[in-house]
Amino acid sequence: MPIKLNVNNVAATVDVPPDTPLLWVLRDVLNLEGAKYGCGIGLCGACTVLVGGRAVRSCMTHVGSVAGEPITTIEGLSPDGLHPVQVAWETLDVPQCGYCQAGQIMSAAALLQRTPHPTDADIDSAMSGNLCRCGTYTRIRQAIHQAAEAGAAARTK
Amino acid sequence: MRVTRRSFLRLTALAGGGFALNLYQSPLGEAQRIGTDIELTPKAFIRIAPDGVVTIMARASESGQGMRNMLPMLIAEELDVDWKDVRVLQAELNEKIYGPQFSGGSANTPMGWEPMRRVGAAGRQLLITAASQTWGVPETECTTKSGRVSHAASGRSMGYGELAAKAATLPAPALSSVKLKDPKDYHIVGHSQTGVDTHAIVTGKPLFGIDVQLPGMLYAAIEKAPVFAGKVKSANIDQVKTLPGVRHVLVIDGGITPAAFTPWEPGMEPGIAIVADTWWQAQQARKQLKVDWDLGPAVAQSADGFSKRATELLAAPPASTLRKYGDVDGALKSSAKVVEATYQYPFIAHVTLEPQGATAHWKDGKLEMWSTSTLPVDGRGLVATTLGIQESDITTHMMRSGGSFGRRLQNDYLVEAAWIAKRVDAPVKLLWSREDDIAHDPFRPGGTVGLKGGLDAQGKLVAWRHHFVTFGDEKHSTSGGGIGQNTYPAGFPPAYGLYTSVQPLSLRTGALRAPGDNAYCWVAQSFLDELAHAAGRDPLEFQLELLSNKQSPWSSGEHDPVGDHEPSGPSVLIPERFKGVLELVAEKSGWAHRSKTPGRGMGIAAWFCHLGYFAEVADVSVDSQNKVTVHQIWAAGDVGSQIINPAAAENISFGGIVEGMGHMGQEITLEEGKVQQSNFQNHPLIRMRQVPKIEVYWRKTDYAPTGLGEPTLPPTLPAISNAIFAATGKRIRTLPLQRSGFSWA
Repeated sequence: MPIKLNVNNVAATVDVPPDTPLLWVLRDVLNLEGAKYGCGIGLCGACTVLVGGRAVRSCMTHVGSVAGEPITTIEGLSPDGLHPVQVAWETLDVPQCGYCQAGQIMSAAALLQRTPHPTDADIDSAMSGNLCRCGTYTRIRQAIHQAAEAGAAARTK
Repeated sequence: MRVTRRSFLRLTALAGGGFALNLYQSPLGEAQRIGTDIELTPKAFIRIAPDGVVTIMARASESGQGMRNMLPMLIAEELDVDWKDVRVLQAELNEKIYGPQFSGGSANTPMGWEPMRRVGAAGRQLLITAASQTWGVPETECTTKSGRVSHAASGRSMGYGELAAKAATLPAPALSSVKLKDPKDYHIVGHSQTGVDTHAIVTGKPLFGIDVQLPGMLYAAIEKAPVFAGKVKSANIDQVKTLPGVRHVLVIDGGITPAAFTPWEPGMEPGIAIVADTWWQAQQARKQLKVDWDLGPAVAQSADGFSKRATELLAAPPASTLRKYGDVDGALKSSAKVVEATYQYPFIAHVTLEPQGATAHWKDGKLEMWSTSTLPVDGRGLVATTLGIQESDITTHMMRSGGSFGRRLQNDYLVEAAWIAKRVDAPVKLLWSREDDIAHDPFRPGGTVGLKGGLDAQGKLVAWRHHFVTFGDEKHSTSGGGIGQNTYPAGFPPAYGLYTSVQPLSLRTGALRAPGDNAYCWVAQSFLDELAHAAGRDPLEFQLELLSNKQSPWSSGEHDPVGDHEPSGPSVLIPERFKGVLELVAEKSGWAHRSKTPGRGMGIAAWFCHLGYFAEVADVSVDSQNKVTVHQIWAAGDVGSQIINPAAAENISFGGIVEGMGHMGQEITLEEGKVQQSNFQNHPLIRMRQVPKIEVYWRKTDYAPTGLGEPTLPPTLPAISNAIFAATGKRIRTLPLQRSGFSWA
């Protein structure tokens, strides 16, 4: 049964079993490889995408369960790579290996969407599901604060 | 073995074989030894387009250490261009023109520092020659700046882009002949340059090994025995072949004979490869596999068995003496106080966030590989040997990888992908699951250490007896389980003995970030802290005094080019540098004025490895449930005269510290030969909420710059466990923390 998806505001129809994880549909069917495989059981967050603005682990999400819902991946977070979170990440040169960063950025974007001025405790709670094996957490925290400030500045313009 | 002629196998042998971990040859020598006729040339590394855009080849593999920035920055600096005009391209594997392309042992900085700058300077010289010939003026009157050559007297100036075609026709000057800049004139080196892949990373572009896509590509997964090197007796292959998407089911006989000593790159592990239209289909088909395994002798191994045998070996006389001077046993007997302790640390896995995998395509007798190996030349050699093909028929594309930490120095996944590709009429991408990745990791081997330290009536350390029980056979330590005879504090106590005993291990082991040192530092720096407290002295002051002892001569000529048996050479610990970082971190952390509140404490530790010196202080609190919060870590490092890319240097230092914390909570255990851990729930990484505030300070010294991948890590563990002692009075002698009754908050 074909499944209709809305990924990054683009309609796509995929013909896969509905219990296929969204991650593998994104990566191997739709060629959107920004979301990464790290654990397959929702423990590392490398596969994080937004479904209806909410950060979800795409490795644990059956594709059939998100048919028709707006799905945003790192590739669709901004048209030009200039989402405040992406800008902050680049300015502070957050990544080391970079493998977890798409997931980190999607979790951070979801956090800032609902909490524009997160405290350190908010960051701890929203970001502790995203593992960084290289240990870039200090920079991630800094970048989220910086993106929050940039977002606030943009809103007051 | 084909690879033994390669210079850098020495590095891996060092990591695994128990020789001096820090020994490097001079950087130019390192590059030259790859082949006697190899001279690095600017033409191999630098392309200049007519519009002045400069493309620089990044020679080393990149798995997050920033090698695609660091080495090209050195070239760009001496070429005298602006970094904004530079594009970096990953080189394919070709050591005949690029020199060493591995990334490991924190070696790229010491190996690249001089040769890469000379390559850039030689490129600059070619452009000057081209300009001087064009203008008919002496070269000595030409200057360069920001990608232009100028002749002040005649007011002429040309961009490198305009001169490039002519420069390309000129013979390159000898690298040894070119003049290098005064460091005060650096405008790229020493200035933070954003990672060349950072934009692609934050926008989700395909960059990594796992992202390789080729037309008609198939996907592979491999089911392996739950016990190391277990073989396939029979399986329901015909049934699995009929499952959705499955194209091939291949039995891998493998090439490993279980033995007491398992060498580095022991061969292919047996298993069953499933090749399907998608990886998910291959994984689903795996679930339907029913395999009758011949588990072999490794099934008898268990964590309890290892521990029991280690206890027996500790109680017995040591099997061998690695280093001994002075009358150790006599000095212990006459000591005013003897402190005795047994330290034990577990096996742990690398858990790179990108699991192992590779893509390979066999076509018309040639093999093309997309590799994440950090030792790619060994990977190519191993593939050629295993498949029975010529190295010259293999092309290796070096993909960015999602972390290595020593894991990708071994090439097992690469050989598997190539082996499958040779049997399949399509490109194949192999990917291990996280569970595969943990179960079949080349683990950091565990170890047990029996220590005795003697103090005289004044509380001075007079003797140190160190009995290390590791794994291997009579002749070899398992990879990553050897210890160097000069491992600190060797040389400093007036009487010292380093002894080893081994028990057999049939398991793949390897080098984990700061191999050996990631455990030996914890043992030695914890025991020094114990001795200082037993002596009623401040641990910092106690260690500074120890470092002021005249070092005992080395017992081997290995470090001794001039034959006077005095410590010398870059791999030898220099006490002044070791003390320097301790003093700096003490100052920055307010060590002298630390508060002594119950439940809260500070610990200090330092280490020298991979040519770098780091000292760290941790501030921790421990609650009534023995949950540990690390509030802050101060780190002071001495890696020589120049921090090449400061923001990246700080970031990787944070990383080493966070990884060190991670090691304290991890363990791999075996029962009936089976690894008991499977994913991040039982082999955890540090998470955001556990990360302390971290400050990193540099002590610049006149020594040549050295690497940062590894030396930040080792001191973190004892700084924290010493701080836990300061907070609670409880000494952690067994890792992970939970085996000592503690856990992270």
